[in-house]
Amino acid sequence: MSQLIKHNTIVADDWTRVIPPTLGDEVVRKQAGKIVLFKLHGEETFSQAQIDATDIPATGKIILPLPVWIARKATLGTRMAAGEIGILVATHEPIEHLTEAFPDLNVLPLIAVFVERFADGRNFTIGNWIRTRYHFKNELRAVGDVLRDQLFFLKRSGYDSYLIRADRNAQEAIASLNDFKQPYQGATDDVPVWRRLNRSQL
Amino acid sequence: MYKYDAIDQTIVDERVAQYRDQTRRYLAGELSDDEFRPLRLQNGLYIQRHAPMLRIAVPYGMLASKQMRKLADITKKYDRGYGHFSTRQNLQINWPKLEEVPEILAELATVEMHAIQTSGNCIRNITTDQFVGIAPDEVVDPRAIAEIMRQWSTFHPEFALLPRKFKIAVSGTKEDRAVVQMHDIGLEFFKDSANELRIKVWVGGGLGRTPILGTVIEESLPWQHVLSYCEAIIRVYNIHGRRDNSYKARIKILVKALGIEEFKKQVEAEWSHLKNGSLTITEAELNRVAQHFDQMPYETLPVHDSSFDAAVASNPAFAAWVKRCVHAHKQTGYRAVTLSLKPHGKPPGDITTEQMHVVADLADAYSFGELRASHEQNLILADVKLSDLFAVWEKARAAGLATPNIGLLTDIICCPGGDFCSLANAKSIPIAEAIQMQFDNLDYLHDIGELELNISGCMNACGHHHVGHIGILGVDKDSEEWYQVSIGGKQGNDASLGSVIGRSFAADEMPSVIQKLIEVYVQQRTPEERFIDTVRRLGLAPFKAHVYGEKEAA
Ligand code: SF4
Repeated sequence: MSQLIKHNTIVADDWTRVIPPTLGDEVVRKQAGKIVLFKLHGEETFSQAQIDATDIPATGKIILPLPVWIARKATLGTRMAAGEIGILVATHEPIEHLTEAFPDLNVLPLIAVFVERFADGRNFTIGNWIRTRYHFKNELRAVGDVLRDQLFFLKRSGYDSYLIRADRNAQEAIASLNDFKQPYQGATDDVPVWRRLNRSQL
Repeated sequence: MYKYDAIDQTIVDERVAQYRDQTRRYLAGELSDDEFRPLRLQNGLYIQRHAPMLRIAVPYGMLASKQMRKLADITKKYDRGYGHFSTRQNLQINWPKLEEVPEILAELATVEMHAIQTSGNCIRNITTDQFVGIAPDEVVDPRAIAEIMRQWSTFHPEFALLPRKFKIAVSGTKEDRAVVQMHDIGLEFFKDSANELRIKVWVGGGLGRTPILGTVIEESLPWQHVLSYCEAIIRVYNIHGRRDNSYKARIKILVKALGIEEFKKQVEAEWSHLKNGSLTITEAELNRVAQHFDQMPYETLPVHDSSFDAAVASNPAFAAWVKRCVHAHKQTGYRAVTLSLKPHGKPPGDITTEQMHVVADLADAYSFGELRASHEQNLILADVKLSDLFAVWEKARAAGLATPNIGLLTDIICCPGGDFCSLANAKSIPIAEAIQMQFDNLDYLHDIGELELNISGCMNACGHHHVGHIGILGVDKDSEEWYQVSIGGKQGNDASLGSVIGRSFAADEMPSVIQKLIEVYVQQRTPEERFIDTVRRLGLAPFKAHVYGEKEAA
């Protein structure tokens, strides 16, 4: 049974997520984006060895971590052209890494944002940017620690598909996409309620 | 009082349904403790030492009498017959059952109340001055904008899971009573030379482990842009704030690490995309929201009332209360009244079910049915006629709500501390009670004059100890409860953070330590000096010397 929610229903997932292997070597920790003043956020990124050792399936639609794409894109041009490659970004990755690699995001059929922990709310800002600043029109998917109670926020932040964590009931989670009918504030999906409706007529 | 329309009501009703289902899933084992935690916290539910604690939102401190009655009923039905007003103008109840919280929320929703975002890593209840709308020194009544901000921040999808809690305060007076410099964002409203409404924006203030006063990031922001500007600030914070260490996760740490120049640069870059978009508030929207607040039907009254003047002249107890608990009002013939929730020897900020009913009745009879909660943990009747003050006093006194100690040493700000809070290093309430008993002589108390004493049970500083003229902090030494004392903190426009006087004390030493600090002040003060002024003039040394005496020299 698929765990993927799209268009308010469970759909089959025809994408395969490519995950770099864990190697015995030291964990590389990531500096926090453009803020070099902060030392370590303790967030893991992939080592060169991991990227080199990543096994990329020869056929089918695949979701590649951005650093893997950047390092190995030379051999993947035709597959990209065939619409077989989606890109996965981590919440600690600076959005510029993505937009520098793809000045027009719409060449991608799919962008996935990896939520490491459900309490990590950076995915909301990232979704918002991808939709409103970089005008991405194709599928924006939340993967990782994706749980029912974030869905309403994810939807409003520009996501349109949600891969619910494997141990949870995805079918029941759908209901939470519609927890609120008329939210107050504007978001990627709508303007503020007072611009949406004539509140003085209510 | 802001009155809900159908949109507001639907949102709180939907919230009750949502939270009811979340609780059901938790109790059914479908949500782990870790997963349920942010959900219940965003609804004000903590798991405390003895039981859960539920924090009910009182947006910018405003309460209607019918809401107070509902709160009274809730404390009776679901709790132990009392509630506690916190330093964030919210009401906390200490003994609800986790399974009953959805019911409590459903009851609150019937009187346009909720517990949304009273905790958790999200935008919290927006606070303001308790004298908003009536203070003679008010330049702008910021309530309509505060309400617009409340709506904007409620279930804000982008800021639902920030690195840490986020507190916003608004102030529209010359004398800042909303402590804007102590907040993640502080908004100080003013009129510029062209009489346009502007906002001075402070960012990165906060107490806790690393107390810092805010820095001005924008001197003069046109009010129409307040949402887009705040959104730009919080967006930069959401992306770059630390998430690896909760003690370093507040925006103040980010602002400090980047420096205000760099932080501002990033905010401005973000803002350039948001400015003039759909977040811009229009004049029409501001007016629409302002109309949801009642205009008070003030009577035209004379400046003086002879019965009031006579009562003050003949009744010293009434006169003492008037001096401490009655405040100026911009409407002629009206006064604001503080009902003290600090009777000596009782937990500061606590109020019983019966007192809640008395307060609601007083509001109906004498103050247009409205009440306010202050961050000093007292209640306010904002619009009382001079001629009614005596009657208000008699009724308040009979209910134990007229201790004439507002602004004095025993008007202690105190967090729940070790009696309730599982984060505490030490108890705070018994310390407050012991100090109140030490200074129970009212003449002496009035002679000491204005003094703010704040107590927190741990570094989280819910009792705002850093900005107390005297601050007390519970610390843990080899699993025993000790207390660190600081002096020289202050809230307001000339805010400052207190300095620790030296080694900490055991609980039973505390009343005498405070006594000694007061002795130095009484001995050294000039006629017009308050405690804080004497501390600022003399520094720590004489206080230290007297408190520690020879013990330290030896
Ligand atoms: S200051 Fe500490 S002890 Fe007091 S309420 Fe806050 S967290 Fe609890």
